[in-house]
Amino acid sequence: MSSAEINKNEVDIVIGALNADLTSFLTSWRPFFTGFHLIVVKDPELKEELSIPEGFDLDVYSKTDMDKIVGASNSTMFSGYSCRYFGYLISKKKYIVSIDDDCVPAKDLKGFLVDAVSQHVTNLENPATPLFFNTLYDPYCEGADFVRGYPFSLRSGVPCAASCGLWLNLADLDAPTQALKTEQRNTSYVDAVMTVPAKAMLPISGINIAFNRELVGPAMVPALRLAGEGKVRWETLEDVWGGMCLKHISDHLGYGVKTGLPYVWRNERGDAVESLRKKWEGMKLMEKSVPFFESLKLPETALKVEDCVLELAKAVKEQLGSDDPAFTQAADAMVKWIQLWNSVNSSS
Amino acid sequence: MALLYTSVKPTPVLKDELDIVIPTIRNLDFLEMWRPFFEQYHLIIVQDGDPSKVINIPEGFDYELYNRNDINRILGPKASCISFKDSACRCFGYMVSKKKYIFTIDDDCFVAKDPSGKEINALEQHIKNLLSPSTPHFFNTLYDPFRDGADFVRGYPFSMREGAITAVSHGLWLNIPDYDAPTQLVKPLERNSRKFDLSPRYVDAVMTIPKGTLFPMCGMNLAFDRELIGPAMYFGLMGDGQPIGRYDDMWAGWCVKVICDHMGWGVKTGLPYLWHSKASNPFVNLKKEYKGIFWQEEAIPFFQSVTLPKECTSVQQCYLELAKLVREKLGKVDPYFIKLATGMVTWIEAWEELNSVEGTEAKAPTGKNE
Repeated sequence: MSSAEINKNEVDIVIGALNADLTSFLTSWRPFFTGFHLIVVKDPELKEELSIPEGFDLDVYSKTDMDKIVGASNSTMFSGYSCRYFGYLISKKKYIVSIDDDCVPAKDLKGFLVDAVSQHVTNLENPATPLFFNTLYDPYCEGADFVRGYPFSLRSGVPCAASCGLWLNLADLDAPTQALKTEQRNTSYVDAVMTVPAKAMLPISGINIAFNRELVGPAMVPALRLAGEGKVRWETLEDVWGGMCLKHISDHLGYGVKTGLPYVWRNERGDAVESLRKKWEGMKLMEKSVPFFESLKLPETALKVEDCVLELAKAVKEQLGSDDPAFTQAADAMVKWIQLWNSVNSSS
Repeated sequence: MALLYTSVKPTPVLKDELDIVIPTIRNLDFLEMWRPFFEQYHLIIVQDGDPSKVINIPEGFDYELYNRNDINRILGPKASCISFKDSACRCFGYMVSKKKYIFTIDDDCFVAKDPSGKEINALEQHIKNLLSPSTPHFFNTLYDPFRDGADFVRGYPFSMREGAITAVSHGLWLNIPDYDAPTQLVKPLERNSRKFDLSPRYVDAVMTIPKGTLFPMCGMNLAFDRELIGPAMYFGLMGDGQPIGRYDDMWAGWCVKVICDHMGWGVKTGLPYLWHSKASNPFVNLKKEYKGIFWQEEAIPFFQSVTLPKECTSVQQCYLELAKLVREKLGKVDPYFIKLATGMVTWIEAWEELNSVEGTEAKAPTGKNE
């Protein structure tokens, strides 16, 4: 689908600025960001002024704006990588596309630059197929279809809630893995989009993601913060936790989550070994989270996304709260997030 | 790094632990193209249709051939569970094999090329898939983490990184995709390729199908651990005298997946590709599939909701339990399912008989190359 076919008015591109100089980032994305509205959210802990090149339709939000809109005490929810959630909160568009500021367009197998924005929106606009696995992957793309044996009653698919893209060069590996395989870079371009089946859990990365804000916006929760959370992805888990919540809620409500294309090219940043030196509690928290999500059943009465989030928060507090204070804080943050979501979005 | 193509045959792996099972009704000329990859393995040919027909097998292959007379002789009354005039009969080959692994392929499938132009050793890739763990309990967004150059992504629980044993490796097809009859009728010209330049849609990934998810298992390009899951690989009652065809592998796939999920084993799909050359007649296919199209709407919710009791600790036990449930729950849909359930039980009885110590002597086939 070319960008000409996408209704650009339905999309906000939200960029979390953890680096002050966005010149090369935005310049590299210019061919694909042109015509779209951008929301740039500055990490409230970033002191320097942002450098932004001319020619983009964008709005910049900083700590001052956060304090005004959500109150100074709530601005802490949006520090570090979580700053982009502020963009999700105040956006009024149907679709959000979010890419980390250390990523540039990747090249496809033919050497052409990948229009990640178009691909994400295409993924979101086409149905997902979480209830039965199609062995030829996305049945709705050109030249593909459902295979023999795929039930006809399931062929219209379900709405797609999120599109999780991938990364060439520096893949989203954790610190121990990257530290062990210092030279490993992802050179494998897997030319497919597929739906992650219902009930299957996955680690959703925030590096290259898009979602249907109208459908599941409140479920993109900035909740789990590691005690030693840092400014490199190896030192965060907020997106993985948010992703577990999103997937669970999507499964509950009958939506789908896609993974695969588009790829972005992720540049070198930080030092995995250095990140390893910090006590990496993310591992422990994930181990506790998995059985929780595996056995979690949201009540059938939870039909709205906001209610699902609140029920999830309640369950987190009850079942995980005593395991680690990070979970109690996450549960509280989820409740606070829904309050903010409702107040910001009702006044518009 | 450019890899030069040479005429040196690839090193066989598991040469004495793997059988290649091929159902055929015509001839096996297609083996000529596979020679460099198959020559060192033992083949089990299951000849369907007229047993008096002589199947031409290229020279130099080590094989045993079974026709309908052999099947009847070896199984006696239990031969009723093996389909006639349908490639479903291939599962007889699984039953008589003595090897740990099976690779099965259709006789209209040829060696494909990867995007660099190199010929794909499908068997080698299947072996790689089977010998490395699966990840059914948590989806890895970089697909098979055990492949060279891949790994588990951030957030993937460490406790799950050993993975599960792989029971099945399901390969794919370039050129003619495995579509059902209605889709074939609507899209007779579609090939598994990109629309604009018709280059093959080669998806360079192997992945595990998550636990709890069903899939349409195609028997054209399939490998499995026979010692592990063999008894569940019954391809049902299809073809002559049956109301349905082209659902043999589907049926086996649903049973296999439910049992693998129960046992904690993994099912992989993706690479390797082979080149599927023949599109079967869509009108003939429609007649065969017709009932299946409706019945699968009942069968799939059945398989999705089935729970096997904890007491079922062997594949045979799981399978017999499934047969019981098929009879109870699907028997109401059509009496065919009662017949099928009986076939499933007969299959297990035959499997036990043939795979016991005494059973091995009774198995000598008519056609054998020694």
